[in-house]
Amino acid sequence: MAVGLIYTSFSASSEAKQPSDLVNAGSGGSYEMTGVVVPGSIRHRGSELDFKMADRAGSATSIPVRYHGEIPDPFRAGREVIIRGSVANGTFMAERDSLITKCPSKYATQAQQDPQHVIITN
Amino acid sequence: MITLGAACLILAFAVAIYAGVAALVGTRGDRRYVDSARRGVYAFAVLLTICVVIVEAAFVRTDLSLQVVADHSSTTTPAFYRLTAMWSSQEGSLLLWAWVLSLTSSAVLFATRNKHREITPWATAVLMGLGTFFTGLMLFAASPFARLDPVPPEGVGLEPLLRHPAMAIHPPMLYTGYVFFAIPFAFAIGALITRRLDASWIRSTRRFALIAWLCLGVGILLGARWSYSELGWGGYWGWDPVENASLMPWLVGTAFLHSIMVQERRGMLKVWNVSLICATFSLALLGTFLVRSGILDSIHAFGESTVGAPLLALIGLVVVGSTLLIVSRTADLRSEKRIDSLVSREAIFLVNNLLLVGLAVVIFWGTFFPLISEVFTWDKTSLAAPWFDRYTTPLAILLVLFTGIGPLFAWRRVSLGSAKRLLARPAIAAAAVTGLLAAFTDARSHPLALVMFGFAAFTLAALLQEFARGAAAYRSLSGGSYGRALMALFARNRRRYGGYVVHAGLAILLIAVAASSSFQTSRDLRLRPGESAVVDNYKITYEKPTAEIDPPEQRLTFGSVLAVTKNGKPYATLYPSRNYYSGVGAPTGGGPIRSFFEGEATSEVGRRTTVGGDLWTSMIPDLGPMNHLIASADNRLERIGRGIKPGDVQAQQAFGALQGLAVRKIEQRYLADPPPANFRVNVNPLVTWIWVGGAIAVIGGLVAIWPAPEARRRRVSDVYAARLARDLGRA
Repeated sequence: MAVGLIYTSFSASSEAKQPSDLVNAGSGGSYEMTGVVVPGSIRHRGSELDFKMADRAGSATSIPVRYHGEIPDPFRAGREVIIRGSVANGTFMAERDSLITKCPSKYATQAQQDPQHVIITN
Repeated sequence: MITLGAACLILAFAVAIYAGVAALVGTRGDRRYVDSARRGVYAFAVLLTICVVIVEAAFVRTDLSLQVVADHSSTTTPAFYRLTAMWSSQEGSLLLWAWVLSLTSSAVLFATRNKHREITPWATAVLMGLGTFFTGLMLFAASPFARLDPVPPEGVGLEPLLRHPAMAIHPPMLYTGYVFFAIPFAFAIGALITRRLDASWIRSTRRFALIAWLCLGVGILLGARWSYSELGWGGYWGWDPVENASLMPWLVGTAFLHSIMVQERRGMLKVWNVSLICATFSLALLGTFLVRSGILDSIHAFGESTVGAPLLALIGLVVVGSTLLIVSRTADLRSEKRIDSLVSREAIFLVNNLLLVGLAVVIFWGTFFPLISEVFTWDKTSLAAPWFDRYTTPLAILLVLFTGIGPLFAWRRVSLGSAKRLLARPAIAAAAVTGLLAAFTDARSHPLALVMFGFAAFTLAALLQEFARGAAAYRSLSGGSYGRALMALFARNRRRYGGYVVHAGLAILLIAVAASSSFQTSRDLRLRPGESAVVDNYKITYEKPTAEIDPPEQRLTFGSVLAVTKNGKPYATLYPSRNYYSGVGAPTGGGPIRSFFEGEATSEVGRRTTVGGDLWTSMIPDLGPMNHLIASADNRLERIGRGIKPGDVQAQQAFGALQGLAVRKIEQRYLADPPPANFRVNVNPLVTWIWVGGAIAVIGGLVAIWPAPEARRRRVSDVYAARLARDLGRA
């Protein structure tokens, strides 16, 4: 079993990449991309979700992502997400239902208050 | 108050060091030091209780001068969730860890104050070493009493996703599970050091191991339940590293609970048992560590958490230290007996142990594969759910089968004839269930699921047979009804029959997991009000949109009314909705109104639960058609916002209220001219039985933990006998 475990894990795994690794990648390949959702880039177009992802470390380069399927609740701008798919013409074409967000305990420490936020009155 | 809390924390740290050192001095034989160390542990518990009460009081009052409160709670957080916001923070969860450790250490040391004279001082030292570590971590890395100056006008608020009853008790349950495993671990270390490796340390701590196992199991179930009903993706398990982190110690702990029975009965598997408990506790620490560090995302993310490095050092110390200790004691850990026959309970237990540990190894490998591959190939790669399923499914199937066989066989050996007789009925039941399902349902299409159903039927039938056999034996001795005989069985041997109930619950749970994962239908629909779509036998009509504003929680809800018919007959009305929260989290860019709609949001699923399964729906309104409205509101607001000086709190509040009015405008527009919405519709067969099976298992666990009256009496007489023997020895 140990041999099978080692063999299949190396063959079944998809390469984990950051957005900056994939911006100039050719079409094709199967990747798992980890990065941060760029603020202001989220657009719902029909049942399709378009957004951009940048490196976690914070870089100027970002890659557009096209996604269908379930959107986990923790998904939002500025959050870290993991997504699977391939690259076509500079766009990351995600597999259906492949969008994963981290357990909320991960980002609980990063929360900040927006000083100018909506106040709903009676 | 805060100063008092900080002082108590420093004192607790000092007391933990003192108690640890005094216990170590006491290992040389001076009982006064041991007694003093034990009282030190009690004091440690009292001091940490004060710390917990003070932090909780600050949360209830929303004392924003305390950083941990300002970061994780707010005045708009509902009262109940203010109480539970403590453990959503790193500081609060460390405090919880240390507090539970202090309480359970006090409990075990009180219970064993007249026992194990050689082992307890070492166990005390180990427990207080942990106590020192965790209080030290709070003092030097993540203090719950850190203050904020200036005091912010409002807190960040508890993450809306965590505002769910399951999430309120999930973290304390997990932590209680993790921490309680420290007790058998500490006693195992004590037993190893003093070479007192008979089963007495196991007897004194197995109840703690059971409680740990049960709490961890409840924690895992609650996490799955929360994920299913709150997270909006419709699943209960995703092989996320954090989930895996809690499952691994549970699996190895389950193996431990079984193999200690073999040591108690037959004096075997000693190396295995001490190794299992050391592994379980290391995995429990690892669970704490994984949640609190970014290690699995990347090695480079390691620096992000202040407590990651010390925790990893502690895990390293525990693993290396206990391995060396076990290796140095191999001569003392020799088995008193050998396995007589492969057809015996201990042999089946061993197989089950290997399956459980095998599961943990697979999950460990998969969870840490990103790190492993980075080391070997310089490329970080990771494994997804299908890889995990591929290995865990067959292992789980075999586990269910052997769970059924184990209780049927007696200790030592079973003759082949009686083995055949015992296995016959369950085997017939399994064959019948498999045949019927294959003939009349589409279960054929998923052979692995079909095998799981068959084996689970075997196990359930075997358990029934055991209960019937036990009850019949009781009745032939003392008569009475079957009901009374069953009650008597439980009263006589709670651990055994409670354990059987756990087995039944888990068999049901695994049937439900197999059914709901193999036969799920999942569809994405995009509907306008009045439109309908067909999913399986259900016709789903989006009747009308709803909208609601909740000022106390600063929440806007866009919902929908779904009318569902099944095979043409009215079936249910479902109300999936989406909540948007204000005042939680950082701006997302593009103006305050855009930030509001792209900010913190949660899905409330609409669900109809029946015995046969769930119809599960979630919705996300398509706000695309309202983009221009949002953008124009933001434009106008931006012009107004420019005139506000930073620090002018009054103007800022008025500005916030103006934004609130804009949100109300958008709400009205949403109702007047509703845009289409995206729905996810899942048909999850038998999923209810995951929770039913889980609940049955928990009840079984409680039965097994509950002290039996006879056992209590026996324990008293044990102490008496030990005293008598000691006095006789002195004379």
